[in-house]
Amino acid sequence: MDFTPKTGKSAPTISSRRCEEYPHVLQFYKKPPSEDVTLHEFEDLAVQRVKVLKAVDSVGIRNIKGSKEYDEAMEKEIKKLRDVDWFVEKTSIKPADLSARRRKDHLSHFILRLAYCKSDELRRWFIQQELDLFRYRFLRENSASILDFLEKNGLDYQPIPHEDRGKMRDKLKDASFKMTSPDVLQREYYKVPFMEVLELVRGRKVYLEGGYAYVPQDELVVIVLASFREHLSHALAITSRAVPAMEEDGRLLKLLKNIHSLYLGNDYSTAKKANSAVTADMINGLSKQSFPPCMQNLHRGLKEEHHLKHWGRLQYGLFLKGIGLSLEEALRFWKSEFTKAADMDGEKFDRQHSYNIRYNYGKEGKRADYTPFSCIKIITTNAPGVGHYHGCPFRHSDADLIEQKMNKMSFPKDKQTKVMEYIKGSHYQLACREYFKAAHKTEEEIDLMHPNQYYEESQRLINGASAGETDNKTQTEPRGVKIIKVKSTNPNFDDSITGENMDELELASMETD
Amino acid sequence: MCDKKSSYDPASLPDFLPMYYKRFFPYGAYFKWLNYGGVPKNYFSHREFSFTLKDDVYLRYQSFSDKQELEKEIQKRCPYKIDIGAVFSHRPRDQKAVKAADFRAMEKELVFDIDMTDYDDVRFCCSGADICSKCWPLMTIAIKVIHRSLCDDFGFEHILWVYSGRRGVHCWVCDEVARKMSQTARSAVAEYLSVVKGGENQAKKVNLYTGNIHPSITAALDIIGGKSFKSYAIEKQDFAGTDEQIQKILSFVPDENFRDGIMNVYEKNHPKTSYTFWNVFKEYIKEKADFTHKKLSNLPDELMLQYCYPRLDVNVSKGVNHLLKSPFCVHPKTGRVCVPIDHEKAEEFDPFTVPTISQLCDELATNDDSDNSSKRRVKDYRQTSLGRYMHVFDNFLKKLEKTWHGKIVEENGKDKQF
Ligand code: SF4
Ligand SMILES: [Zn+2]
Repeated sequence: MDFTPKTGKSAPTISSRRCEEYPHVLQFYKKPPSEDVTLHEFEDLAVQRVKVLKAVDSVGIRNIKGSKEYDEAMEKEIKKLRDVDWFVEKTSIKPADLSARRRKDHLSHFILRLAYCKSDELRRWFIQQELDLFRYRFLRENSASILDFLEKNGLDYQPIPHEDRGKMRDKLKDASFKMTSPDVLQREYYKVPFMEVLELVRGRKVYLEGGYAYVPQDELVVIVLASFREHLSHALAITSRAVPAMEEDGRLLKLLKNIHSLYLGNDYSTAKKANSAVTADMINGLSKQSFPPCMQNLHRGLKEEHHLKHWGRLQYGLFLKGIGLSLEEALRFWKSEFTKAADMDGEKFDRQHSYNIRYNYGKEGKRADYTPFSCIKIITTNAPGVGHYHGCPFRHSDADLIEQKMNKMSFPKDKQTKVMEYIKGSHYQLACREYFKAAHKTEEEIDLMHPNQYYEESQRLINGASAGETDNKTQTEPRGVKIIKVKSTNPNFDDSITGENMDELELASMETD
Repeated sequence: MCDKKSSYDPASLPDFLPMYYKRFFPYGAYFKWLNYGGVPKNYFSHREFSFTLKDDVYLRYQSFSDKQELEKEIQKRCPYKIDIGAVFSHRPRDQKAVKAADFRAMEKELVFDIDMTDYDDVRFCCSGADICSKCWPLMTIAIKVIHRSLCDDFGFEHILWVYSGRRGVHCWVCDEVARKMSQTARSAVAEYLSVVKGGENQAKKVNLYTGNIHPSITAALDIIGGKSFKSYAIEKQDFAGTDEQIQKILSFVPDENFRDGIMNVYEKNHPKTSYTFWNVFKEYIKEKADFTHKKLSNLPDELMLQYCYPRLDVNVSKGVNHLLKSPFCVHPKTGRVCVPIDHEKAEEFDPFTVPTISQLCDELATNDDSDNSSKRRVKDYRQTSLGRYMHVFDNFLKKLEKTWHGKIVEENGKDKQF
């Protein structure tokens, strides 16, 4: 694709060739568009798809994917998105309009690729929403349409012979959630290398034998999604290398930045200004007053063990950076805690740990200014194991522990029940919001996305919206158009698009036995 | 750890290392492994090694063009520890000269790190870095369970198990498919193999579905549920010997009536041992966990898994770029060599009989005295207690070699065609 704007022209355009036909409602977006688009339409399409993806995101946060509630919530969102609902096709749509709608789908997808290829965090968000959107649309299609799509995209999988299926039926049944033997015999199974269905492997949701996965037809979507994900990550990697070539045209670039900053909000990557500086001695007090439960856990773990393991140090250290703890103070804070342990003295600390802390502040290694983890990241990645205090308590703690804690803090009964209900329904961020409301005796609803946001909202309520905090206002405004500093791309990102930052892993490697 | 027998003194490590690297470290076999038959060509020279020297001085991005250079450097530096990293797009030693964006980790063996410290909540004999014969069986179980799954489920064939020198084991999966795996794929396999999940704030760390139980877990339960659990938890650990331990087990039971019920039966029971407790527990659940309490019926299995199922450090497995201690290093604290383990005889492996560096040097001195000089040079280590472990490595290599034989013929054939 050639997205390079022609220099000297008044409006950057997408280089032109003739518009393609769109044979199917679903697209794998393999072929880039080859027509001219005005800057106005460019922006308009981008904003439309952002709206759609944002709706997908919010439905995904509040509901379990694949559940009935999820589908219902999506239906509702689609109704709200009437003017941009080109991504669903009802029978009422005139055939003549189909092409125009599919064209919008196609173009807007490619425009957002440009806006979202720039950093790990952006790519991760974009891929996730695109996949969820695709999954939703795929599952709405009937089997004839699906077969048609598979064939058009060269994904014609062959089911295993029924004889083999019969022989394996017990294993196939056991590998599923709730199927019975007759259920197995009513389905087609597809045999694919396990590498093609990693999501099923990860969740132990498929039968594996000799390197092959036996995928029931109901999970076909997973194979298709895996293929889509791979294609998309690869494409984003390539796009991001191509984007610098567009930097000559400042307007297009600014536009792209505005697009992706529309909804990530603040990324809390820079420590706050001096007037809100936090010192090492203040942390104890602040932790009781304003830290979210996840950070309170880490603080307590640190106090008890005089140590935190890698992910704990990362989650807590970056959070502290985000609330305004300077590098010097951070070194002081960690050192004073760690050296309380019997086998750690100041010198050993300097040798083993100060590097990691300076690293968090972008002073070592690749010198990237690392961003504090968002709730989603904490909830969905790197679940804690034995000896770990990181993670989100609503997701990773025994429910009784949370109940006990709320009792100790004498939260009102109705609030407690609400928190527990949200936990049961896997709505961890909503549980945290209720917790926040009870802890601060407020009824104000905050849309909780980030532990640092929890902290800032808490400080705001406690100190009043006093001077020095004015910049907060724009940040927590959901649509605040604050341009995120685009960080240098990670050289290893082909792999890290869906996973973690390589550098973090590099550090982890230093503390094995 | 009690190693009176080998009587190794960490302070003497620098005295022994030159001798070890001169006469014991198996450069030939080691190179043969990491060179993978020279397919592709730069596989060895693009591999990162890192050395840890005296006083924790840490050198990353070392690389060597061939066996001779590797041997020379190791002997010159006498590292306290050697780590193996990824195969990079460029020679790691040129890392500074290459644009950061171009210097990429391309391939590495799929590795697993199992460390006894991760089992502190289910062993009562020691904690932290210590191990003893009462808790080591956990590692034996880990090897068996993981090895089975890697072979049967994932179809891997070239798997090397290595003692970490102190309190755990490492697993290197060397199949070509495994070496080429992405980060996502590595973490998916590691997650598939992770059953015990939860941090310091979760007591019950295994939760099976109430419906069907996945074949890989059933297979693990076959391994654990037979002799292993009885021998480990009941006999060696006496896992329900104290009130505190019993309370801990009961804390996994989410239903108060069940908890009380189990205790009522157990109170009347004599004698009160871990064995009788386990029987009461199992029987009670079997009897009472009817349709309405279906979730509870998995409790005995979940408990066995929590106590015995292998615990992996997923982060170590995940990164293509993650370094792992090399086989045949010497652990600086224990002096023990990181020797390969024969998975088929995992039970027989005893970490306390793994030779220490001082012991090997002693053995060699004795051999030197009694032996006539000429033919000794080549196979020094085979005549010491390191010999039997080399045997395991040789077998692993023999099988691995077959994979590239085909390839080399292929490549040669290509050449001739043109
Ligand atoms: S929801 Fe977010 S802020 Fe609240 S505890 Fe979990 S991770 Fe922390
Ligand atoms: Zn022990």
